[in-house]
Amino acid sequence: MEIAARKHGPLLEVTVMENRIDAACAIQFKERMREVTETPSDRVLLDLSQVQFLDSSGLGAVVAVRKHLGEERPLDLTGLTPTVQKVFRLTRMDTVFTILPSGGLRDAG
Amino acid sequence: MTLTSDPASVRAALERLFSHPPFSDLDADLRGTAEIVMAEILNNIVEHAYAGEGGRIEMALQDGEGGLHCSISDRGRPFPLGEPPAGGLPDLSDDLPEGGFGWALIRAYAEDLNYERRDGWNHLRFRIGPGLPA
Repeated sequence: MEIAARKHGPLLEVTVMENRIDAACAIQFKERMREVTETPSDRVLLDLSQVQFLDSSGLGAVVAVRKHLGEERPLDLTGLTPTVQKVFRLTRMDTVFTILPSGGLRDAG
Repeated sequence: MTLTSDPASVRAALERLFSHPPFSDLDADLRGTAEIVMAEILNNIVEHAYAGEGGRIEMALQDGEGGLHCSISDRGRPFPLGEPPAGGLPDLSDDLPEGGFGWALIRAYAEDLNYERRDGWNHLRFRIGPGLPA
């Protein structure tokens, strides 16, 4: 599971370099996310723009990462592709997470 | 298509199915929907019907009137209540749930869902609309 992390001031930008987060890799995703978020930051932004497909196990894994980080360290999302967006919308998880438009970080300077 | 019941085989089967004709030619939106529904059903079979012990899954998918017609069969346990779950969403207001979304996704998109238990097999049939453009 390839996940890249870059620090931008108080923000840790984490990019999933895989095209799926599904039942076959949900556990690896959670483990790898725990490793990369050991780098201290105020917030974590998860870039899902490479991810074309996410199932309910993948969704559960993203929720688990959010809970692991705790309320003091928000996990925001960006770059949701259409099918991923559909899963978040239908499960109403789009109301739980802050979802930024793609390129939001660059636009924010 | 026959596959063995484990998460890696499910992923490989879905990739094989949706990245080759005829289903790679589907409208991207419908393809995404179909892949979500099939993934959730197959993962449920792996996790619950076969309870991680593995087993055979048969699936067939074809385009026809009203959309994609799918059938998925396995020889695992039947649904505990004798029928597929109603698929209500878990409560998001309290402690965030990490599961329980699968049947909500299936029920949202699978139309005319039919379940039969026959001769030790579970048979699920359903349709995903609106189908291939004429």
